[in-house]
Amino acid sequence: MEHVHHVEHPDMYDEESSKIGMWLFIFTELLLFGGLFIVYSVYRFMNPDAFHLAGEELNRFIGSLNTVILLISSMTIAMATTALRKGDRKLAIALVAISFVIGFVFLVNKYFEWGVKFSHGIWPGSEHMLNEMSQGEILFFGLYFVMTGLHALHIIIGMIIMIFAIKGLANGKITVNRPSLLDNAGLYWHLVDLIWIFLFPLFYLIH
Amino acid sequence: MQTTNAVNGANYLTYQGRYKGLFGWIFSTDHKRIGLLYLYSIATMFAMGVMLGLAMKFELLAPGKTIMDAQTYNATFTVHGVIMIFMVVVPGLPAVFGNILMPIMIGAKDVAFPKLNLLSWWLYVLGVVLVLAALFFGPGSPDTGWTFYAPYSFKTGTNMLPAIFGAFVLGFSSILTGLNFLVTIHRLRCPGMKWTKLPLFVWTLYGTAWIQLLATPVVGITLVLVALERVFGVGIFDPALGGDPILYQHLFWIYSHPAVYIMILPAMGAISEIIPTFSQKHIFGYKAIIASTMAIAFVGYLVWGHHMYTAGMSGTAQYYFSLLTFIVAIPSAIKVFNWISTMYKGSINIQTPFYWAISFIFVFMIGGLSGLVLGSLATDVYVHDTAFVVAHFHYIVFGGTGFAFFAAMHYWFPKIFGRMYDKTWANVGWLIFFIGFMALYTPMFYLGMMGMPRRYYDYLEEFHGGNILSTFGSWVLATGLLIIVVNLIRSARTGAPADANPWHSKTLEWTVPSPPPVLNFDKEPVIGENEGPYNYD
Repeated sequence: MEHVHHVEHPDMYDEESSKIGMWLFIFTELLLFGGLFIVYSVYRFMNPDAFHLAGEELNRFIGSLNTVILLISSMTIAMATTALRKGDRKLAIALVAISFVIGFVFLVNKYFEWGVKFSHGIWPGSEHMLNEMSQGEILFFGLYFVMTGLHALHIIIGMIIMIFAIKGLANGKITVNRPSLLDNAGLYWHLVDLIWIFLFPLFYLIH
Repeated sequence: MQTTNAVNGANYLTYQGRYKGLFGWIFSTDHKRIGLLYLYSIATMFAMGVMLGLAMKFELLAPGKTIMDAQTYNATFTVHGVIMIFMVVVPGLPAVFGNILMPIMIGAKDVAFPKLNLLSWWLYVLGVVLVLAALFFGPGSPDTGWTFYAPYSFKTGTNMLPAIFGAFVLGFSSILTGLNFLVTIHRLRCPGMKWTKLPLFVWTLYGTAWIQLLATPVVGITLVLVALERVFGVGIFDPALGGDPILYQHLFWIYSHPAVYIMILPAMGAISEIIPTFSQKHIFGYKAIIASTMAIAFVGYLVWGHHMYTAGMSGTAQYYFSLLTFIVAIPSAIKVFNWISTMYKGSINIQTPFYWAISFIFVFMIGGLSGLVLGSLATDVYVHDTAFVVAHFHYIVFGGTGFAFFAAMHYWFPKIFGRMYDKTWANVGWLIFFIGFMALYTPMFYLGMMGMPRRYYDYLEEFHGGNILSTFGSWVLATGLLIIVVNLIRSARTGAPADANPWHSKTLEWTVPSPPPVLNFDKEPVIGENEGPYNYD
């Protein structure tokens, strides 16, 4: 192991530290999206009718489907951490892999959802938007693409962390006694899920 | 088991880890080596920022064009600001002295996440490279001012994207440092190191880390929005599409006002170490300093609107921000009171760090009180966007953080390099620097009061006298700076070997050899019930 040969790098593994570190990082992520939520609230307040009108354009079915999908993936990754605690490494790997696949399905849905918008000529700066939409609708779709796009980026980051978790489980770096990486992957995935739980009603449901 | 035995006798500067030479530094996870990496990179950027500042002052030597035209001047003050704020003053004390000394001061072997610490430095370098890329490639250097105000920041034809992205990356580096420090201070204190026994520098780093963590993401997302605005025309800050540029200012200052407390809190912490050491006396009001530190960190979040009095906000909001601005001045005043009271009846040992510390208090008070002129509504309208603001800002950030940085540098230098600097030259450098500083910025208070606007390469003939004095001051300051830097560089190589505790201080870093060994302590220190960081008899 690297830390044995490396004089300057004593083994400083501390489960509590990892957990605090992850929670603090989640705090920064919440504030990152917090900035966007402020922008959203201000513009919704300024353009209530346009936001209502633009919100009707979104496909509630795909939105709801993606919400259910994410909730299931949160469940499977939480099950993975429990499986590891019970000593079932293979089951843990399988459950993280399932969460990964479900995350991918979410992105595929998102791809089709955005694709439909593009085919209707709706994207930031498109001629259709500039010529035919009110300022409020432009802002709504601007925020829609920025916020769901940034969220999708976080899905991808969460999936990358899952790859590391699977790797760690496979090569024995994550064990019952050193579960932090898997726990943190789970925490991060829950965060991604949680942000979606707020994005979904803001864009799809409130009219 | 760790292989500490293999490196017995070697200190952190000389030992050889997994890599040799330069790689042994830039891939080192040792907090002290990372701190020195930060020191060298920040010093390099500081030198660049100083050159740009000198160029600006030279331009203002006479009315009209002296050495550069208006556009070049705009680019110069923008790059000066971006470099000095994001690359020098924000990381400054925490990344350098926090990294090198904080783990030792709390009795730890390293920070909680050494690899993350190294990643922070690499992100810093990446941010620097990105910003510098904006200067050398593309259609021209950024010219928006360091605040990147919308809508100009996405309308201007200059090369904004790399600069904005660079600032974002630098912010990420700052967040990771803050996160690392928070976990370190919570988890790695040695036995007996209770919260009420922490050195005050560590306490201020703790407050700073919270601000870094909670404020930086907001500017991160704001910068992302400006970048998206530039690339896609999303409309969020574009009035033509229904967006609101004032909202940009709010989001920007929600970070950037707390950021000035990121700059000043660790500076106050360093001063709070130096004053008791050179007075050989317990710090006056230890708990009051902690409380005021946390109060500044908290109230500092709620005053951002005072940057926008004239930008358009309701009267109620103005009163609220003005009141809070006055309130946030109180904890700073408490600290000044504590430092002065610590000196009272102490056995004062006048050395270079002490000169820097007392001159810090002097310039910080001028800077702080002039800040209240700007914090009150009526006077702010009068001096808004004048040289007065520039003078106030530089008194606080250069006079405050800059002086504290040099104080810390001269205080911890023997610990970091294991050698003592030439004290005579250090004092001469300080004196010339101090005189230059006063001559450079004091006239700007006067010029601002007389109505000279900031951010112009030109001015009316009636402002000529004050500007000559100011430019002359910049040369004196540069001379002092040169003396200080040459003295420090020479002494780091050839100075007389320093003792473990040359200043007879009581904090933990002075109990280990100078320079410290690789894992700091041979055996984990234990703090007794009656021991403490300032227990001088």
